[in-house]
Amino acid sequence: MIDSTVLTDNWELYLEGLRNTVLSSLLALIGSFILGTVIAVFRIAPIKILNVFGTAYVEFFRNIPLLLVVYLFFLGLPALHIVMNGFVSGTLGLMIYTSSYIAEAIRAGIQAVSAGQMEAARASGLTYFQAMRHVILPQAMKTVIPPICNQFLNLVKNSSILGVVAGMDLMYFGDIVNADTYDTVSSYAFVSLFYLLLTIPLSLASRGLERRLSRSG
Amino acid sequence: MDFQGAYSPDNLKFLLEGFGLTLCLALLAIVFSFILGSLLGIVRYAKLPIVSQAVGLLVETIRNLPLLLLIFFARFGLPELGISFSPFWAAIVALTAFEAAMIAEIVRSGLNSVEKGLVEAARSSGLSYLQTLRHIVLPLGLRRMVPPIVSQFISLLKDTSLAVIISLAELMHNANIVMGPDSRYVFPILLLIAALYFSVNYALSFVAKRMEARQS
Repeated sequence: MIDSTVLTDNWELYLEGLRNTVLSSLLALIGSFILGTVIAVFRIAPIKILNVFGTAYVEFFRNIPLLLVVYLFFLGLPALHIVMNGFVSGTLGLMIYTSSYIAEAIRAGIQAVSAGQMEAARASGLTYFQAMRHVILPQAMKTVIPPICNQFLNLVKNSSILGVVAGMDLMYFGDIVNADTYDTVSSYAFVSLFYLLLTIPLSLASRGLERRLSRSG
Repeated sequence: MDFQGAYSPDNLKFLLEGFGLTLCLALLAIVFSFILGSLLGIVRYAKLPIVSQAVGLLVETIRNLPLLLLIFFARFGLPELGISFSPFWAAIVALTAFEAAMIAEIVRSGLNSVEKGLVEAARSSGLSYLQTLRHIVLPLGLRRMVPPIVSQFISLLKDTSLAVIISLAELMHNANIVMGPDSRYVFPILLLIAALYFSVNYALSFVAKRMEARQS
C-alpha cells in the first residue's frame, strides 16, 4: 500500500521541505515570542491607548483564519508594490497570527501571580522592573511555558500553510512528489511521518513540562 | 484600491454564497466532531483495556498532523484506498476527524479534573460505573469543558478556510476568485472577508467568556 521507493527516490525533496518547515517554524516562533511579549506588556501597562491597541490586535488576529493573514502578505502587499515570496509571506503571517496567542498566554501568566507579590516586592525596596524580573516573571513562567510550548506545536502544524502559497515547505514538496509519482497515499504518508517526527517530541515535551511545573508548585 | 468595483452586487452575492457554505461546513463539522470527540474522550477516560490505548494512539496521531494534510488526504488519498468523497464531504470528514481529536482531549482532561474522592464516594454509595459517569462525572466535568470547546469551535470556523486547497466553494475560495489577477480588489475583499469571519468568531468568543465568568 505504501511504496518506499517514493521516499528513496525523492528524499532530497523531502529533506529540503523538512528544512524549510523547521526554519519557518523557528523564525516564526522567535518573532512571535518577541512580538507577543510586547503586546502582552501593552495589555497590562497602565496606559489606556496601549491597552486598547493590544486588545484590538489580539482579538483581530485570533478571530480570523491564518490563511487570511498569510494572504495579507502574499496578495495584499504586492498591491502596494511590495513583493515577497511564499516562504517569507507565510512565515510573516505565521508570526503575526501566533503572536496574538502568545500574548494572551503571557498576559494570563502574569495576571495569575497574586497582586500581593508585587506589593511585597515593591515594599521591600525593589523597583517596578526589578520586581517584574526577579519576583513576578519567574513565577509567571510556570504558567506560561506549557501554553507557549503548545503554541509552538500548533505553529509547526500551521506552517503547512506555506504549502498553499508555494513556500517550499514539507506540504509543498509533498505535492510535488505526489504530482511526480501519482501515488498520493505514499507521498503524503511520508509527509505525515516527517510532521510526526517534529510534533510528537514537542507534544511529549509540553506534557512533561506541564506535569513537572505543576508538581513543583 | 477600488471598493466600489470590489463590492459590486454580483461579487457580494458570490461572497455571501461562499460564506453560507463556510457556515454550513462549520456547523456540520461542529455537530459531528462534538459527538465523536465526546465518545472518544469518554473511552479514553474509562481506561478500557486495549480500546482506550488504541483510541489514544489514534487521537495523538491526528492531533499531531496538520489539518491541511488531512483535508488533502481525505480528498485525494482516500479514493486511492477505494473511499471517495465529494469535496464538501471530504472537507467534513477531515475537519471532523481533526476537531474530534482535539475535543477528545478536552473531554478527557475535563473528566479527569473531577475529584477522585467524588467518584469513589459515588461508587461506594452503590452507583454503577456508568451511573457515576452519567450523574456525577459528566455534569461536573462538562461545565469545565464548555469554554475550551467553544474556542475549539472558533478554530474550526477559521479552519474551514483551508478547504480552499481542494477547491471547495467556501468563502476563502470565492474571495480568491473575486480578487482575481486584479490587485485593485485585493484589500477591499480581504477586508470584507476578515469582517465576516471576525463577526461570527467574536460573537462566539463573547459567549464563551460570559460562560466562563458565570462559572467562576
